[in-house]
Amino acid sequence: MIIASKKPIEEIIQEITPYSRILILGCNECVTVCEAGGKKEVEVLASALRIFCLSQGIEKTIGEHTLERQCDHEYLEEIRNMVDDYDAIVSLACGVGVQFAAEKYLTMPLLPGVNTVCLGANEDRGLWTERCQACGSCVLARTGGICPVSRCAKRVLNGPCGGSTNGKCEISKDTDCAWQLIIDRLKALDKMDDYEAVAPVKDWSKDRAGGPRTVTREDVKI
Amino acid sequence: MQDTSTKEAFEPRIIGFCCKFCAYAAADLAGSMRISYPASVKIIQVPCTGRIDMIHILKSLEDGADGVMIAGCLEGECHFLQGNFKARSRVEAVRRILAQIGMEPDRVAMFNLSSAMGPKFAEITAQMTDRIRQLGPSPVATAGKKSRDAA
Ligand code: SF4
Ligand code: SF4
Repeated sequence: MIIASKKPIEEIIQEITPYSRILILGCNECVTVCEAGGKKEVEVLASALRIFCLSQGIEKTIGEHTLERQCDHEYLEEIRNMVDDYDAIVSLACGVGVQFAAEKYLTMPLLPGVNTVCLGANEDRGLWTERCQACGSCVLARTGGICPVSRCAKRVLNGPCGGSTNGKCEISKDTDCAWQLIIDRLKALDKMDDYEAVAPVKDWSKDRAGGPRTVTREDVKI
Repeated sequence: MQDTSTKEAFEPRIIGFCCKFCAYAAADLAGSMRISYPASVKIIQVPCTGRIDMIHILKSLEDGADGVMIAGCLEGECHFLQGNFKARSRVEAVRRILAQIGMEPDRVAMFNLSSAMGPKFAEITAQMTDRIRQLGPSPVATAGKKSRDAA
């Protein structure tokens, strides 16, 4: 899923300064699971902002609403009758949701309430870690199911590099060397032949290098 | 800046979330022992401090409480094993939020005691009341009062 982290409240306070009626808009999907922008986080942020305004003698209306998803037209339509009551929206969805809402409500200022961090997994309670960079042509079949694109600091495709020491990456002793993980898993799978094969040049035009990407599916179009 | 005379006159309104198994029972015991504790603390019984969410603490402050105290079992003695540790980390999270929005984090505090500690209950409520008295009325409560007066 998409992993996000809460923005510092000071930053949000700064962003909402010019506006007096603000809607805090949550999203029920990824950001709920990673506890950055769901209904609960909407409540907490809205309450904190109201306490701030009351204690500073600032008059603002802070509203709350959470949508099933902010990256789908049908759900974003839900707030069409509500938006006129506000001067700005602080969206706690990932960057996709913020932008989709901004596209839909052209004259409404949309402010991000979270930092969108990565595509990752819920590794432990309160710990989310990156697993994929959406490179557009997945190589996991050759790499023992461990992604060198997102988990190797240099995105090396025939690793490890010379900086790999005792299974750790040279960027930090707390970061596993992705290639060490790949080799360990290929050994466990008895597939070290995959490791010996030289990786073909990767088509990076499918990655961000090729500009914004789209997926079109004629079969599901209406 | 408030003068001390107002601070002394000021009777804080403190919400005390008390775990049923320890602090609430200790408050009861204090009563049976005829030990008085400050009337400033309004007790809300919870099944475990682990039930308390950040939003309960924030809402108390938003609605005008001058302080919020959370009283749970001694560490390692929670009936639900981890409840009081969870409460402590939520209290810390709320205190961080308060610091970010320019409110005194000390308006929110966590205490640990057992059901046998009646006198200790009186002590911590007095301690909390003193602390809040030092900090003065919550600006939220004052703003609320002003808007009520205006209306
Ligand atoms: S190879 Fe690309 S698509 Fe596959 S997991 Fe890594 S970044 Fe994601
Ligand atoms: S040490 Fe391993 S993970 Fe780090 S850059 Fe080199 S190959 Fe990649």
